[in-house]
Amino acid sequence: MARAMTLTEKILAAHAGRADVSPGDIISIELDLVMANELSAAVAITEFRKIKGATKVWDPDKIALVPSHFTPNKDIATATLSKMMRDFAEEQRIKNYFEVGRGGIEHVVLPENGMVGPGETIIGGDSHTTTYGGLGAFATGVGSTDIAAAWAIGEMWLRVPPTTKIIYEGSLRPYVAAKDLILATIGRIGVDGAIYGALEFTGPVVKELPISGRFTMANMSIEAGAKNGIFPVDATTEAYCAAVGKKNYTVYHADKDAAYAGEVVIDCTQIEPQVAIPWLPENTKNASQLNDIEVHQAVIGTCTNGRIEDMRQAAEILKGRKVHPRVRAIVIPGSQKVYLQCIKEGLTEIFIEAGCVVSTPTCGPCVGGHMGVLTEGERCISTTNRNFRGRMGHVKSEVYLTGPYVAAASAVAGHIAGPEQLGKPVAA
Amino acid sequence: MILKGTAHKYGKNVDTDVIIPGRYCNLIDPVELGKHALEDLDAGFVKKAKPGDLIVADTNFGCGSSREVAAVALKGAGVAGVVAKSFARIFYRNCINTGLPIFECPDGVDGINDGDTITVDAANGLIRNETTGKEFRATQFPKFMQDLIAGGGLLAYVEKRLQEKAAQRA
Repeated sequence: MARAMTLTEKILAAHAGRADVSPGDIISIELDLVMANELSAAVAITEFRKIKGATKVWDPDKIALVPSHFTPNKDIATATLSKMMRDFAEEQRIKNYFEVGRGGIEHVVLPENGMVGPGETIIGGDSHTTTYGGLGAFATGVGSTDIAAAWAIGEMWLRVPPTTKIIYEGSLRPYVAAKDLILATIGRIGVDGAIYGALEFTGPVVKELPISGRFTMANMSIEAGAKNGIFPVDATTEAYCAAVGKKNYTVYHADKDAAYAGEVVIDCTQIEPQVAIPWLPENTKNASQLNDIEVHQAVIGTCTNGRIEDMRQAAEILKGRKVHPRVRAIVIPGSQKVYLQCIKEGLTEIFIEAGCVVSTPTCGPCVGGHMGVLTEGERCISTTNRNFRGRMGHVKSEVYLTGPYVAAASAVAGHIAGPEQLGKPVAA
Repeated sequence: MILKGTAHKYGKNVDTDVIIPGRYCNLIDPVELGKHALEDLDAGFVKKAKPGDLIVADTNFGCGSSREVAAVALKGAGVAGVVAKSFARIFYRNCINTGLPIFECPDGVDGINDGDTITVDAANGLIRNETTGKEFRATQFPKFMQDLIAGGGLLAYVEKRLQEKAAQRA
């Protein structure tokens, strides 16, 4: 009889053609989707050309290419990388190429187009590929040579990770959402707390989370060093898949007696709106402790918090209020679909009335690329995922990580603040 | 292969953004990337590092982005290898795939100071601090990875898998 397995182990065993797997086993898995963006694809194409016997990709329908990071192209060098990827998509007849204007940020675009689903194995040339664990998929980021290899053979070798279970108990306070949960978790276990491992997110609070929130949490699994982060599949997952037209997926569940490398119980009732201060995502504080920190810029969006639910949270705070005179507030819907939905729901008008700039979908400022790069001494409150030194620009600029509620409230206050610290909005 | 050079020592969680900042991620050329290696952690690194030098660092080296250019930038700057207490997993794979030798050796990191001369026997993971005379042994790679590296790396492995698949179809 096969050994009892965690959710991650179940998916890996099925894709390795084995009855079971154990942590530490080195296996080769079949891949359901291989994703790359213009930065990772350009290097991967160069490597792919070196493989003798690989003129065509193994399956063009299982490859997705998404220009996102420095697009719309910020300079000639970027335009050259983007063109390499576009030409490769045409040459290899890869139809899942999402041109600028028809896509956005990969981790927002692929789920909303029904390209990822429960029980699947997905790798991507981007560390935040872990996002798709929100749907109960095994998803992990890799470098470009691994992408090139996967394009050729449709397989990847990996070491089966030990799984740590994180159990979210209690209930959420007002203005506390998924981003606060994952920041609190990283604050607890550290940026290498899950190194080489898998995180399985469970508990009563998680059951109530919308898929957008699960994406936010799985997205930042990598910030704890994890190979992947994954959520159990439930009715919410199935409803999401039905809504986006995702079909033909297999639902796996962790065995009740599966062995976990560790368990961490988090009492959500104790969690206030969170902020991670420079230079690591593990440096978490309560937003209310940081009121003396002035901000010069606020970024709301990205693969972590660029979905419509995130936009609604930001709009709830910004409605009838004005961005502080010293602050540039940059709102970046994660995809064209989210952008359009913002317009339909009147959120774009709220943002513009408040004094925000509303950008086309791009990773832009998060990677210090464009659309909001910081200079020396500037500080940004941001719904992005990394606050490393120099991440958003100058080596002496600072990024403070938080969720949309606090980012929006801080944009209004001019310093770090939670929504409950703001005065009443002006009646419309 | 014996690596010999000066150790440049850094702390915990050296992330890929300081190894090669995002603003240079639209570069591909190893030499150009190498000019900016570790720029945001130690602006003087590229100037003081000599070809063949090694980086010694604490835990979780290379955390963050999947950018393969992080490993390429270190190679481009002439770095011969990295000794750390632990590596972030994507960076670990990227080093194997781009041929930047890495060694997991917690004792060695504690026993090497910035500026010491060290030698590393890449074949058996023996690390010797020439300045102090102390020796350390790096964690061995699992057999699969040893074979992968000895066989010429990931692309050579892929070529073999393509041949096997073609034979299966025949």
